[in-house]
Amino acid sequence: MKGSNLPFQGTVEQERQLRDKLAELKPQGGALMPALQYAQELYGYLPYEVQKIIADELNVTLSDVYGVATFYSQFSLFPKGKYQIGICLGTACYVNGSGEIYDKLRNVLGIESGECTLDRMFSLDATRCVGCCGMAPVMTVNGDVYGKVKADDVEEILSKYSAKENKNNG
Amino acid sequence: MDEKTLRKIKERLGADIAARQAHLAKQNARFERQVLVCGGSGCSSGNSKKIYDEFEREIKEKSLVGKVNLVMTGCFGLCALGPVVIIYPEGSFYANVKSEHVEEIVDGHLVGGKPVKQLLYKETVNENGEITPLADTDFYRKQSRLALRNCGVIDPENIEEYIARDGYFALLKALNMPRDKIIEEVSDSGLRGRGGAGFLTGRKWKFTYDAQSDVKYVACNADEGDPGAFMDRSVLEGDPHVVLEAMSIAAYAVGANHGFIYVRAEYPVAVHRLQVAIKQSRDAGLLGKNILNKNFDFDIEIRLGAGAFVCGEETALMTSIEGKRGEPRPRPPFPAVKGLRGKPTLLNNVETYANIPQIILNGSKWFSSIGTEKSKGTKVFALGGKIHNTGLVEVPMGTSLREIVYEIGGGIPKGKAFKAAQTGGPSGGCIPAELIDTEIDYESLQSIGSMMGSGGLIVMDEDNCMVDIAKFFLEFTVDESCGKCTPCRVGTKRLYEMLCKITDGKATLEDLDKMEELCHYIQDNSLCGLGQSAPNPVLSTLKYYRKEYEAHIVDKVCPAGVCKSLIRYEIDPDKCIGCNLCARNCSANAIRGTVKKPHVIDPEACIKCGICETVCRFKAIKKVGGKV
Repeated sequence: MKGSNLPFQGTVEQERQLRDKLAELKPQGGALMPALQYAQELYGYLPYEVQKIIADELNVTLSDVYGVATFYSQFSLFPKGKYQIGICLGTACYVNGSGEIYDKLRNVLGIESGECTLDRMFSLDATRCVGCCGMAPVMTVNGDVYGKVKADDVEEILSKYSAKENKNNG
Repeated sequence: MDEKTLRKIKERLGADIAARQAHLAKQNARFERQVLVCGGSGCSSGNSKKIYDEFEREIKEKSLVGKVNLVMTGCFGLCALGPVVIIYPEGSFYANVKSEHVEEIVDGHLVGGKPVKQLLYKETVNENGEITPLADTDFYRKQSRLALRNCGVIDPENIEEYIARDGYFALLKALNMPRDKIIEEVSDSGLRGRGGAGFLTGRKWKFTYDAQSDVKYVACNADEGDPGAFMDRSVLEGDPHVVLEAMSIAAYAVGANHGFIYVRAEYPVAVHRLQVAIKQSRDAGLLGKNILNKNFDFDIEIRLGAGAFVCGEETALMTSIEGKRGEPRPRPPFPAVKGLRGKPTLLNNVETYANIPQIILNGSKWFSSIGTEKSKGTKVFALGGKIHNTGLVEVPMGTSLREIVYEIGGGIPKGKAFKAAQTGGPSGGCIPAELIDTEIDYESLQSIGSMMGSGGLIVMDEDNCMVDIAKFFLEFTVDESCGKCTPCRVGTKRLYEMLCKITDGKATLEDLDKMEELCHYIQDNSLCGLGQSAPNPVLSTLKYYRKEYEAHIVDKVCPAGVCKSLIRYEIDPDKCIGCNLCARNCSANAIRGTVKKPHVIDPEACIKCGICETVCRFKAIKKVGGKV
């Protein structure tokens, strides 16, 4: 599995922040979703270790936590890449050919939607409508929006980010 | 905050804002010119914030502060032309603006007093060089904006601009009315739920009012999940206070003191603007204790969704607010009796709420004079797909699809033919070309096998395969089915597989009948609206495009040339000069041939990506719909 076997890298400081937040959320009703949303923001994903802390602190079962974490598509049990790619499969983008771009991205990166490359560089998500239908088809990389993309543009867009990394490392 | 303060604010700002609408209207605005930069999601992704900053810098540098009013507004609606800048009093419409254009616009228009023609949207400049103001373009002229009345007009992060547009005066009026009178007004207006199903809003209010309980809630459904729909997002981004005001009115009427807005986490701009608006309202005493000194307490919390389409269903939404898996439950009991945390809950959608303050201020008679006999008021549509003016439009109920597509939407690009319009997203259906004169309201759409839905309106042309479109929507529902009930969980999956069989060219005509039977079974037996309406895209395309299905099955041909298993690429030996470009670009190494001799494509190896067709400079490669 791509990315899922990457070891948990949480810090003591992160854990302290999470536990503080959980103490704050616990008294209000329906705290589990806001808790998961906070944890995902903090860690980037929801590994077993984090779900366990949430279950303990909120006094709910681990299966409840896992049930909610897997129900909503925004929660991820996989880590995210340094560059998070989103490809919009909303109707407007789809009729304008975003399906082909998605195929191309999967081919080039060798990962499926929701997964992360082994070097933790890129992760891919097929998203619902991102609301920029005027620019369809749309892909995003860490929030940068690329509009009117063609499948042929994919490698060039990705290489921009790979080049940035090579520069940083070299 | 009290009535006197509200009136003072309105007096101070009213003229400025009036001057942002009627171009060259008699104005007492304090500014020579007003520059409106769109801050909606579409334009923001085109970096309209940078354009705003650039204007701000230029205005300071050229000593225009005090003469020019710069405002970041919500969505104007013409997202395809974004980022958009509009300058009043001329109503000049600058489209696809880049930050490097700003200096030119400031020098030419704001300093020189002459609109910069070459940067204006070209449709607003005629051959004699005369400029049409934005309000007079076909796109705007045919619309009537009620729910969107403040979008693209006011600064959504400034409560005073909202007040200057009669904001919170409806709440003031409502707080002086008996509660049953408010409900009567909403009932008489004939307003129906804009989230899709079209239930009478007033009746919902009455049920919640009638329910006996110590605690009641009001909630706002802002979990806009239909692919291709962004009406609610635009209201939240462009006019967040209207939702807060309407919820306060609703809360007062039904007897609630606490409200929730359930909004998609995918809408960060909308969430931010809501947070700003709630804080401003609290600071101004328009939310919280003793609102407007009328002895009424009410406050609102925001809850973020986490990407589950089914949470747009009312019972699922409330379960999700409680922090659980957003699964629906059987009704009755309806939320008006037993909703959030088991208490009576009034739940309306964003666009429905956006109509409320106007109804209270202008009366139910005014509202019910707009629209058709059974569908009153206006409807906002998100136009998308194969259409020129992609964006947001609001039209009176009863407007024909033709007017929306051709007059407001500007027709189909590249001279292609209109094939269908899809309304209602994954729960709706396709309206074929022969029904383009259908006057759109709740009943008419239902009678032709579609539905109003939340307002996504996707236009398709001759290049779209209707089987593929049905498959697309089914893939969506399979993905989004929550899994609680079997007809939906298993049924939609089987339906999807049948559609795949058809697009793969492996189905028989018998499969078509089986598929139809399964559709009706899913409709009749699913627990919630998601499953009950999931077969609509299949049934409506089957009804109007059966021939296209049959072509896939009998002739093994996809007439639109979309379904990959049913098309192949061929090289015309008369046109091919053997330049080898296609072979070099083919990722599957499926093209063979010697240089300067016609090449051939190996159909076994070809993955039908179509790249050869794109790169060929001699138009020698064609896609043909052929037998497998």
